[in-house]
Amino acid sequence: MAETKTLLKIEGLRKHFGALNVLNGVDLSLGQSKKLVLIGPSGSGKTTLLRCINHLEVPNAGHIYLDGELIGEERRGDRILRASASKLASQRREMGFVFQNFYLWPHLTVLENVALGPWRVQRLARKDAMTLAETMLEKVHMAHKRNEYPERLSGGQQQRIGIARALAQQPKVMLFDEPTSALDPELVGEVLGVIQELAAEGRSMVMVTHEIRFARDVADEIVFMDGGVVVESGSPAEVIDNPRHERTQRFLGQLRVG
Amino acid sequence: MIGLLSDFQSFLAVYPQKWPSWSYDITRAVVVTLKITAGAFALGLVIGLVVAIGRLSPRKSVRRMATVYVEITRGVPSLVILFLLYFGLVPLGIALDAVPAAILGLGISSGGYIAEIFRAGIEATHRGQREAGLTVGMSSFQIYRFIIIPQATRIALPPLVNMLITVLKDSSLASLISAPEIMLRAKDISSTDFLPLHIFLLVGVIYCLLALPLSLVARVMERKMFAGLGARL
Repeated sequence: MAETKTLLKIEGLRKHFGALNVLNGVDLSLGQSKKLVLIGPSGSGKTTLLRCINHLEVPNAGHIYLDGELIGEERRGDRILRASASKLASQRREMGFVFQNFYLWPHLTVLENVALGPWRVQRLARKDAMTLAETMLEKVHMAHKRNEYPERLSGGQQQRIGIARALAQQPKVMLFDEPTSALDPELVGEVLGVIQELAAEGRSMVMVTHEIRFARDVADEIVFMDGGVVVESGSPAEVIDNPRHERTQRFLGQLRVG
Repeated sequence: MIGLLSDFQSFLAVYPQKWPSWSYDITRAVVVTLKITAGAFALGLVIGLVVAIGRLSPRKSVRRMATVYVEITRGVPSLVILFLLYFGLVPLGIALDAVPAAILGLGISSGGYIAEIFRAGIEATHRGQREAGLTVGMSSFQIYRFIIIPQATRIALPPLVNMLITVLKDSSLASLISAPEIMLRAKDISSTDFLPLHIFLLVGVIYCLLALPLSLVARVMERKMFAGLGARL
Protein backbone atom coordinates (compact mmCIF):
# COMPACT_ATOMS: atom_id res chain seq x y z
CA MET A 1 0.00 0.00 0.00
CA ALA A 2 1.23 3.45 -0.87
CA GLU A 3 2.50 5.62 1.94
CA THR A 4 -0.18 8.08 3.15
CA LYS A 5 0.11 11.00 5.49
CA THR A 6 -1.11 10.30 9.04
CA LEU A 7 -4.11 12.54 9.77
CA LEU A 8 -5.26 11.36 13.17
CA LYS A 9 -3.13 9.74 15.81
CA ILE A 10 -4.23 8.40 19.19
CA GLU A 11 -1.62 7.48 21.77
CA GLY A 12 -2.09 5.61 25.04
CA LEU A 13 -5.63 6.82 25.57
CA ARG A 14 -7.18 6.05 28.95
CA LYS A 15 -10.54 7.06 30.34
CA HIS A 16 -12.39 6.09 33.46
CA PHE A 17 -15.74 7.19 34.88
CA GLY A 18 -15.33 6.91 38.62
CA ALA A 19 -14.18 3.40 39.33
CA LEU A 20 -15.17 2.14 35.89
CA ASN A 21 -12.28 1.87 33.46
CA VAL A 22 -13.65 2.38 29.97
CA LEU A 23 -10.47 2.84 27.95
CA ASN A 24 -7.33 1.08 29.04
CA GLY A 25 -4.65 2.39 26.73
CA VAL A 26 -5.69 2.71 23.11
CA ASP A 27 -3.34 3.49 20.21
CA LEU A 28 -4.68 4.11 16.73
CA SER A 29 -3.83 6.05 13.64
CA LEU A 30 -5.76 7.10 10.60
CA GLY A 31 -4.22 8.02 7.26
CA GLN A 32 -5.45 10.87 5.08
CA SER A 33 -8.62 9.85 3.18
CA LYS A 34 -8.82 6.57 5.03
CA LYS A 35 -11.88 5.02 6.62
CA LEU A 36 -11.56 3.36 9.98
CA VAL A 37 -14.48 1.42 11.45
CA LEU A 38 -14.69 0.57 15.14
CA ILE A 39 -16.63 -2.53 16.05
CA GLY A 40 -17.12 -4.41 19.29
CA PRO A 41 -19.71 -5.36 21.90
CA SER A 42 -21.59 -2.62 23.74
CA GLY A 43 -19.60 -1.35 26.68
CA SER A 44 -16.33 -2.03 24.89
CA GLY A 45 -15.42 1.67 24.84
CA LYS A 46 -15.88 2.48 21.13
CA THR A 47 -18.21 5.41 21.67
CA THR A 48 -16.11 6.79 24.51
CA LEU A 49 -13.06 6.57 22.28
CA LEU A 50 -14.83 8.53 19.57
CA ARG A 51 -16.01 11.15 22.08
CA CYS A 52 -12.48 11.48 23.44
CA ILE A 53 -11.16 12.32 19.98
CA ASN A 54 -12.89 15.72 20.00
CA HIS A 55 -12.78 16.02 23.80
CA LEU A 56 -16.50 15.67 24.43
CA GLU A 57 -15.00 13.42 27.06
CA VAL A 58 -11.68 14.54 28.45
CA PRO A 59 -9.23 11.64 28.49
CA ASN A 60 -7.49 10.79 31.77
CA ALA A 61 -4.27 9.92 29.99
CA GLY A 62 -2.88 9.79 26.48
CA HIS A 63 -2.82 12.22 23.60
CA ILE A 64 -4.66 12.89 20.37
CA TYR A 65 -3.08 14.52 17.35
CA LEU A 66 -4.94 15.85 14.32
CA ASP A 67 -2.68 16.80 11.45
CA GLY A 68 0.23 16.78 13.90
CA GLU A 69 -1.51 19.20 16.28
CA LEU A 70 -2.21 18.20 19.87
CA ILE A 71 -5.98 18.23 20.54
CA GLY A 72 -7.32 19.73 23.76
CA GLU A 73 -3.84 20.26 25.14
CA GLU A 74 -1.00 22.70 24.75
CA ARG A 75 2.71 22.22 25.06
CA ARG A 76 4.39 24.77 27.33
CA GLY A 77 8.10 24.08 27.33
CA ASP A 78 8.32 20.46 28.39
CA ARG A 79 4.93 20.43 30.10
CA ILE A 80 1.56 19.63 28.56
CA LEU A 81 -1.43 21.61 29.85
CA ARG A 82 -5.15 21.70 29.08
CA ALA A 83 -5.84 23.91 26.09
CA SER A 84 -7.95 27.04 26.48
CA ALA A 85 -11.67 26.77 25.78
CA SER A 86 -11.39 28.86 22.62
CA LYS A 87 -8.49 26.79 21.29
CA LEU A 88 -10.42 23.59 21.90
CA ALA A 89 -13.52 25.06 20.25
CA SER A 90 -11.60 25.88 17.09
CA GLN A 91 -10.04 22.41 17.09
CA ARG A 92 -13.45 20.80 17.40
CA ARG A 93 -14.48 22.66 14.27
CA GLU A 94 -11.91 20.58 12.36
CA MET A 95 -13.82 17.41 13.25
CA GLY A 96 -17.37 16.75 12.14
CA PHE A 97 -19.31 14.70 14.67
CA VAL A 98 -22.48 12.75 13.91
CA PHE A 99 -24.50 11.59 16.92
CA GLN A 100 -26.48 8.40 17.27
CA ASN A 101 -29.53 10.47 18.27
CA PHE A 102 -28.91 13.28 15.73
CA TYR A 103 -29.29 16.12 18.26
CA LEU A 104 -30.59 18.54 15.69
CA TRP A 105 -31.71 21.87 17.15
CA PRO A 106 -35.51 21.76 17.28
CA HIS A 107 -36.03 25.53 17.32
CA LEU A 108 -34.24 26.00 13.99
CA THR A 109 -35.24 24.99 10.48
CA VAL A 110 -33.26 22.38 8.57
CA LEU A 111 -31.34 25.07 6.71
CA GLU A 112 -30.63 27.04 9.90
CA ASN A 113 -29.40 23.89 11.62
CA VAL A 114 -26.77 23.48 8.95
CA ALA A 115 -25.98 27.20 8.55
CA LEU A 116 -25.65 28.13 12.23
CA GLY A 117 -22.08 26.88 12.60
CA PRO A 118 -20.75 28.49 9.39
CA TRP A 119 -22.51 31.74 10.26
CA ARG A 120 -21.72 32.09 13.95
CA VAL A 121 -18.58 30.00 14.40
CA GLN A 122 -16.80 30.31 11.07
CA ARG A 123 -18.15 33.87 10.81
CA LEU A 124 -19.14 33.69 7.17
CA ALA A 125 -21.55 36.33 5.95
CA ARG A 126 -25.10 35.16 6.61
CA LYS A 127 -25.80 34.77 2.90
CA ASP A 128 -22.64 32.75 2.30
CA ALA A 129 -23.44 30.53 5.28
CA MET A 130 -26.88 29.83 3.81
CA THR A 131 -25.39 29.03 0.41
CA LEU A 132 -22.88 26.67 1.99
CA ALA A 133 -25.68 25.02 3.96
CA GLU A 134 -27.71 24.56 0.75
CA THR A 135 -24.77 22.85 -0.89
CA MET A 136 -24.34 20.49 2.05
CA LEU A 137 -28.06 19.69 2.10
CA GLU A 138 -27.86 18.79 -1.58
CA LYS A 139 -25.03 16.40 -0.78
CA VAL A 140 -27.29 14.48 1.60
CA HIS A 141 -30.30 14.85 -0.74
CA MET A 142 -32.28 16.94 1.72
CA ALA A 143 -32.34 20.37 0.06
CA HIS A 144 -36.08 20.05 -0.61
CA LYS A 145 -36.74 20.04 3.15
CA ARG A 146 -34.70 23.17 3.90
CA ASN A 147 -37.57 25.08 5.51
CA GLU A 148 -39.02 22.25 7.58
CA TYR A 149 -38.44 21.81 11.29
CA PRO A 150 -36.49 18.67 12.22
CA GLU A 151 -39.30 17.05 14.22
CA ARG A 152 -41.40 16.76 11.07
CA LEU A 153 -38.83 14.53 9.42
CA SER A 154 -38.13 10.83 9.68
CA GLY A 155 -35.14 9.58 11.65
CA GLY A 156 -33.25 8.83 8.47
CA GLN A 157 -33.85 12.34 7.16
CA GLN A 158 -32.82 13.87 10.49
CA GLN A 159 -29.62 11.89 10.50
CA ARG A 160 -28.78 13.02 6.97
CA ILE A 161 -29.21 16.61 8.16
CA GLY A 162 -26.95 15.81 11.11
CA ILE A 163 -24.38 14.72 8.56
CA ALA A 164 -24.88 17.90 6.52
CA ARG A 165 -24.39 20.00 9.66
CA ALA A 166 -21.09 18.26 10.35
CA LEU A 167 -19.99 18.60 6.70
CA ALA A 168 -20.69 22.35 6.82
CA GLN A 169 -17.85 22.68 9.32
CA GLN A 170 -15.58 21.71 6.42
CA PRO A 171 -13.85 19.28 8.74
CA LYS A 172 -10.64 17.37 8.20
CA VAL A 173 -12.18 14.21 9.55
CA MET A 174 -15.72 12.95 10.10
CA LEU A 175 -16.57 11.04 13.28
CA PHE A 176 -19.72 8.89 13.19
CA ASP A 177 -21.08 7.51 16.46
CA GLU A 178 -23.41 4.63 15.55
CA PRO A 179 -25.24 6.81 13.02
CA THR A 180 -27.88 4.20 12.19
CA SER A 181 -28.48 2.58 15.59
CA ALA A 182 -31.45 4.80 16.48
CA LEU A 183 -33.17 4.26 13.13
CA ASP A 184 -35.99 1.99 12.07
CA PRO A 185 -34.56 -0.78 9.89
CA GLU A 186 -36.10 0.54 6.67
CA LEU A 187 -34.36 3.92 7.15
CA VAL A 188 -30.85 2.58 7.66
CA GLY A 189 -30.10 2.26 3.96
CA GLU A 190 -30.55 5.92 3.03
CA VAL A 191 -28.11 7.03 5.74
CA LEU A 192 -25.50 4.41 4.91
CA GLY A 193 -25.89 5.38 1.26
CA VAL A 194 -24.98 8.99 2.05
CA ILE A 195 -21.99 7.92 4.14
CA GLN A 196 -20.84 5.68 1.33
CA GLU A 197 -20.98 8.61 -1.09
CA LEU A 198 -18.85 10.67 1.30
CA ALA A 199 -16.38 7.80 1.57
CA ALA A 200 -16.16 7.67 -2.20
CA GLU A 201 -15.26 11.38 -2.24
CA GLY A 202 -12.14 10.47 -0.32
CA ARG A 203 -13.11 11.90 3.05
CA SER A 204 -11.28 10.70 6.12
CA MET A 205 -13.59 9.12 8.64
CA VAL A 206 -13.85 7.17 11.84
CA MET A 207 -17.10 5.33 12.40
CA VAL A 208 -18.56 3.27 15.20
CA THR A 209 -21.16 0.88 13.83
CA HIS A 210 -22.81 -2.49 14.13
CA GLU A 211 -23.43 -2.66 10.37
CA ILE A 212 -20.81 -5.27 9.61
CA ARG A 213 -21.65 -5.65 5.95
CA PHE A 214 -21.34 -1.89 5.44
CA ALA A 215 -18.06 -1.89 7.36
CA ARG A 216 -16.66 -4.54 5.07
CA ASP A 217 -17.61 -2.55 1.96
CA VAL A 218 -16.33 0.84 3.10
CA ALA A 219 -13.55 0.40 5.64
CA ASP A 220 -9.85 0.48 4.94
CA GLU A 221 -9.27 -0.71 8.45
CA ILE A 222 -11.47 -2.49 10.96
CA VAL A 223 -10.66 -2.16 14.64
CA PHE A 224 -12.25 -4.64 17.05
CA MET A 225 -12.42 -3.38 20.63
CA ASP A 226 -13.36 -5.19 23.80
CA GLY A 227 -12.86 -4.28 27.44
CA GLY A 228 -11.40 -0.88 26.60
CA VAL A 229 -8.53 -2.14 24.46
CA VAL A 230 -7.95 -2.85 20.80
CA VAL A 231 -8.12 -6.61 20.49
CA GLU A 232 -7.42 -6.85 16.81
CA SER A 233 -7.19 -4.59 13.80
CA GLY A 234 -6.57 -4.94 10.09
CA SER A 235 -8.28 -4.96 6.72
CA PRO A 236 -11.91 -6.17 6.52
CA ALA A 237 -10.65 -9.36 4.91
CA GLU A 238 -8.45 -10.02 7.92
CA VAL A 239 -10.69 -8.98 10.82
CA ILE A 240 -14.15 -9.83 9.52
CA ASP A 241 -13.48 -12.83 7.31
CA ASN A 242 -10.55 -14.38 9.16
CA PRO A 243 -10.52 -13.12 12.74
CA ARG A 244 -7.54 -14.43 14.69
CA HIS A 245 -8.76 -13.74 18.18
CA GLU A 246 -11.31 -15.86 19.94
CA ARG A 247 -13.16 -12.76 21.25
CA THR A 248 -13.50 -11.34 17.74
CA GLN A 249 -14.76 -14.67 16.44
CA ARG A 250 -17.34 -14.89 19.22
CA PHE A 251 -18.56 -11.31 18.61
CA LEU A 252 -18.90 -11.80 14.87
CA GLY A 253 -20.55 -15.16 15.41
CA GLN A 254 -23.18 -13.59 17.66
CA LEU A 255 -23.90 -10.90 15.06
CA ARG A 256 -24.44 -13.51 12.36
CA VAL A 257 -26.79 -15.55 14.49
CA GLY A 258 -28.67 -12.45 15.67
CA MET B 1 -89.90 32.11 36.73
CA ILE B 2 -91.04 35.54 35.64
CA GLY B 3 -90.51 36.73 39.22
CA LEU B 4 -86.89 35.52 39.19
CA LEU B 5 -86.25 37.19 35.89
CA SER B 6 -87.61 40.53 37.06
CA ASP B 7 -85.58 40.20 40.29
CA PHE B 8 -82.51 39.71 38.16
CA GLN B 9 -83.36 42.73 36.03
CA SER B 10 -83.80 44.93 39.07
CA PHE B 11 -80.52 43.54 40.44
CA LEU B 12 -78.72 44.59 37.26
CA ALA B 13 -80.46 47.96 37.24
CA VAL B 14 -78.44 48.97 40.29
CA TYR B 15 -75.22 49.08 38.27
CA PRO B 16 -76.09 51.94 35.88
CA GLN B 17 -77.47 53.86 38.86
CA LYS B 18 -74.40 53.44 41.02
CA TRP B 19 -71.62 53.39 38.44
CA PRO B 20 -71.22 57.20 38.21
CA SER B 21 -70.38 57.37 41.94
CA TRP B 22 -68.08 54.29 41.78
CA SER B 23 -66.31 54.83 38.50
CA TYR B 24 -63.71 57.33 39.65
CA ASP B 25 -62.46 55.22 42.59
CA ILE B 26 -62.59 51.95 40.73
CA THR B 27 -60.76 53.06 37.60
CA ARG B 28 -58.01 54.61 39.73
CA ALA B 29 -57.86 51.40 41.75
CA VAL B 30 -57.50 49.34 38.56
CA VAL B 31 -54.50 51.46 37.63
CA VAL B 32 -52.92 50.83 41.05
CA THR B 33 -53.57 47.09 40.74
CA LEU B 34 -51.89 47.04 37.32
CA LYS B 35 -48.99 49.06 38.67
CA ILE B 36 -48.43 46.65 41.56
CA THR B 37 -48.75 43.64 39.24
CA ALA B 38 -46.35 44.98 36.63
CA GLY B 39 -43.82 46.17 39.19
CA ALA B 40 -43.90 42.96 41.22
CA PHE B 41 -43.66 40.76 38.13
CA ALA B 42 -40.74 42.75 36.70
CA LEU B 43 -38.91 42.50 40.02
CA GLY B 44 -39.79 38.79 40.16
CA LEU B 45 -38.29 38.26 36.69
CA VAL B 46 -35.01 39.88 37.69
CA ILE B 47 -34.81 37.99 40.98
CA GLY B 48 -35.91 34.79 39.24
CA LEU B 49 -33.23 34.97 36.56
CA VAL B 50 -30.47 35.66 39.08
CA VAL B 51 -31.64 32.87 41.41
CA ALA B 52 -32.07 30.40 38.53
CA ILE B 53 -28.51 31.02 37.37
CA GLY B 54 -27.46 30.61 41.00
CA ARG B 55 -29.26 27.26 41.19
CA LEU B 56 -27.27 26.05 38.17
CA SER B 57 -23.95 27.47 39.34
CA PRO B 58 -20.97 25.12 39.52
CA ARG B 59 -20.20 26.59 42.97
CA LYS B 60 -21.87 24.75 45.79
CA SER B 61 -22.20 27.75 48.14
CA VAL B 62 -24.00 29.75 45.45
CA ARG B 63 -26.29 26.82 44.67
CA ARG B 64 -27.16 26.45 48.33
CA MET B 65 -27.98 30.14 48.79
CA ALA B 66 -30.27 30.06 45.75
CA THR B 67 -31.99 26.92 47.02
CA VAL B 68 -32.59 28.50 50.42
CA TYR B 69 -34.16 31.51 48.73
CA VAL B 70 -36.51 29.34 46.70
CA GLU B 71 -37.54 27.24 49.69
CA ILE B 72 -38.21 30.29 51.89
CA THR B 73 -40.32 32.10 49.31
CA ARG B 74 -42.19 28.88 48.57
CA GLY B 75 -42.89 28.19 52.23
CA VAL B 76 -43.78 31.65 53.53
CA PRO B 77 -47.21 33.03 52.53
CA SER B 78 -47.06 36.23 50.46
CA LEU B 79 -49.26 37.94 53.03
CA VAL B 80 -46.69 37.28 55.76
CA ILE B 81 -43.98 38.84 53.58
CA LEU B 82 -46.21 41.87 52.94
CA PHE B 83 -46.90 42.34 56.66
CA LEU B 84 -43.20 41.95 57.48
CA LEU B 85 -42.28 44.65 54.98
CA TYR B 86 -45.11 47.04 55.81
CA PHE B 87 -45.54 46.64 59.56
CA GLY B 88 -42.51 44.63 60.59
CA LEU B 89 -39.87 47.12 59.48
CA VAL B 90 -41.42 50.11 61.26
CA PRO B 91 -39.71 49.41 64.62
CA LEU B 92 -36.42 49.39 62.69
CA GLY B 93 -37.19 52.90 61.45
CA ILE B 94 -38.11 51.80 57.92
CA ALA B 95 -41.61 52.88 56.96
CA LEU B 96 -42.46 51.82 53.43
CA ASP B 97 -45.48 53.18 51.60
CA ALA B 98 -48.14 50.63 50.85
CA VAL B 99 -47.65 50.39 47.06
CA PRO B 100 -43.84 50.06 47.13
CA ALA B 101 -44.16 47.53 49.94
CA ALA B 102 -46.66 45.54 47.87
CA ILE B 103 -44.41 45.59 44.79
CA LEU B 104 -41.40 44.54 46.84
CA GLY B 105 -43.24 41.81 48.76
CA LEU B 106 -44.99 40.25 45.77
CA GLY B 107 -41.79 40.55 43.72
CA ILE B 108 -39.80 38.72 46.39
CA SER B 109 -42.30 35.91 46.67
CA SER B 110 -42.93 35.48 42.93
CA GLY B 111 -39.14 35.58 42.32
CA GLY B 112 -38.75 32.15 43.92
CA TYR B 113 -41.37 30.60 41.65
CA ILE B 114 -40.04 32.34 38.57
CA ALA B 115 -36.55 31.04 39.36
CA GLU B 116 -37.91 27.51 39.28
CA ILE B 117 -39.65 28.16 35.96
CA PHE B 118 -36.41 29.44 34.41
CA ARG B 119 -34.40 26.58 35.85
CA ALA B 120 -36.83 23.98 34.55
CA GLY B 121 -36.63 25.57 31.11
CA ILE B 122 -32.86 25.50 31.05
CA GLU B 123 -32.67 21.97 32.39
CA ALA B 124 -35.32 20.71 29.98
CA THR B 125 -33.01 21.36 27.05
CA HIS B 126 -31.32 18.07 26.44
CA ARG B 127 -27.62 17.55 27.16
CA GLY B 128 -27.21 16.53 23.53
CA GLN B 129 -28.27 20.00 22.40
CA ARG B 130 -25.27 21.47 24.16
CA GLU B 131 -22.96 18.76 22.86
CA ALA B 132 -24.09 19.41 19.31
CA GLY B 133 -23.09 23.03 19.85
CA LEU B 134 -19.70 21.98 21.18
CA THR B 135 -19.01 19.76 18.17
CA VAL B 136 -19.56 22.57 15.67
CA GLY B 137 -17.04 24.64 17.64
CA MET B 138 -19.26 26.95 19.68
CA SER B 139 -18.16 28.57 22.93
CA SER B 140 -20.25 28.15 26.10
CA PHE B 141 -21.59 31.65 25.63
CA GLN B 142 -22.64 30.93 22.02
CA ILE B 143 -24.31 27.70 23.11
CA TYR B 144 -26.34 29.61 25.70
CA ARG B 145 -27.18 32.37 23.28
CA PHE B 146 -28.11 30.40 20.17
CA ILE B 147 -29.25 27.05 21.55
CA ILE B 148 -30.14 26.90 25.26
CA ILE B 149 -31.81 30.28 25.85
CA PRO B 150 -34.08 30.18 22.76
CA GLN B 151 -35.29 26.72 23.71
CA ALA B 152 -35.57 27.47 27.44
CA THR B 153 -37.57 30.64 26.76
CA ARG B 154 -40.12 28.78 24.69
CA ILE B 155 -40.50 26.21 27.41
CA ALA B 156 -40.74 28.85 30.16
CA LEU B 157 -43.13 31.31 28.47
CA PRO B 158 -46.48 29.62 29.15
CA PRO B 159 -45.76 29.04 32.88
CA LEU B 160 -44.44 32.61 33.11
CA VAL B 161 -47.74 33.96 31.81
CA ASN B 162 -49.56 31.82 34.36
CA MET B 163 -47.30 33.31 37.02
CA LEU B 164 -48.19 36.81 35.85
CA ILE B 165 -51.89 35.97 36.31
CA THR B 166 -51.13 34.66 39.80
CA VAL B 167 -49.34 37.90 40.68
CA LEU B 168 -52.32 39.88 39.36
CA LYS B 169 -54.67 37.98 41.64
CA ASP B 170 -52.29 38.06 44.61
CA SER B 171 -52.09 41.85 44.30
CA SER B 172 -55.48 41.86 46.05
CA LEU B 173 -53.57 40.94 49.23
CA ALA B 174 -52.14 44.45 49.14
CA SER B 175 -55.56 45.71 50.30
CA LEU B 176 -54.61 44.33 53.73
CA ILE B 177 -51.70 46.75 53.95
CA SER B 178 -54.01 49.53 52.68
CA ALA B 179 -52.65 49.89 49.16
CA PRO B 180 -55.44 51.69 47.26
CA GLU B 181 -56.03 48.92 44.74
CA ILE B 182 -59.23 47.29 43.52
CA MET B 183 -59.97 45.14 46.56
CA LEU B 184 -59.46 47.93 49.10
CA ARG B 185 -61.73 50.31 47.17
CA ALA B 186 -64.34 47.58 46.85
CA LYS B 187 -64.38 47.08 50.61
CA ASP B 188 -64.69 50.84 51.13
CA ILE B 189 -67.61 51.06 48.72
CA SER B 190 -69.40 48.05 50.11
CA SER B 191 -69.25 49.46 53.63
CA THR B 192 -70.67 52.81 52.57
CA ASP B 193 -73.28 51.64 50.03
CA PHE B 194 -74.27 48.34 51.68
CA LEU B 195 -74.16 46.54 48.31
CA PRO B 196 -71.53 43.83 48.96
CA LEU B 197 -72.97 41.37 46.43
CA HIS B 198 -72.99 43.96 43.67
CA ILE B 199 -69.57 45.34 44.32
CA PHE B 200 -67.71 42.06 44.83
CA LEU B 201 -69.32 40.51 41.77
CA LEU B 202 -68.14 43.52 39.81
CA VAL B 203 -64.63 43.14 41.24
CA GLY B 204 -64.57 39.47 40.27
CA VAL B 205 -65.54 40.40 36.73
CA ILE B 206 -62.83 43.09 36.59
CA TYR B 207 -60.05 40.68 37.69
CA CYS B 208 -61.33 38.13 35.23
CA LEU B 209 -61.31 40.65 32.37
CA LEU B 210 -57.76 41.66 33.24
CA ALA B 211 -56.59 38.04 33.34
CA LEU B 212 -58.46 36.84 30.26
CA PRO B 213 -56.19 38.32 27.57
CA LEU B 214 -53.18 36.90 29.41
CA SER B 215 -54.75 33.43 29.47
CA LEU B 216 -55.38 33.66 25.75
CA VAL B 217 -51.78 34.66 25.12
CA ALA B 218 -50.60 31.71 27.22
CA ARG B 219 -52.76 29.29 25.28
CA VAL B 220 -51.54 30.53 21.90
CA MET B 221 -47.94 30.29 23.07
CA GLU B 222 -48.44 26.78 24.35
CA ARG B 223 -49.73 25.70 20.96
CA LYS B 224 -46.85 27.40 19.20
CA MET B 225 -44.36 25.79 21.52
CA PHE B 226 -45.59 22.32 20.69
CA ALA B 227 -45.49 23.12 17.00
CA GLY B 228 -41.91 24.33 17.18
CA LEU B 229 -40.28 22.11 19.75
CA GLY B 230 -41.91 18.73 19.58
CA ALA B 231 -42.57 16.17 22.25
CA ARG B 232 -38.97 15.12 22.61
CA LEU B 233 -38.12 18.12 24.75
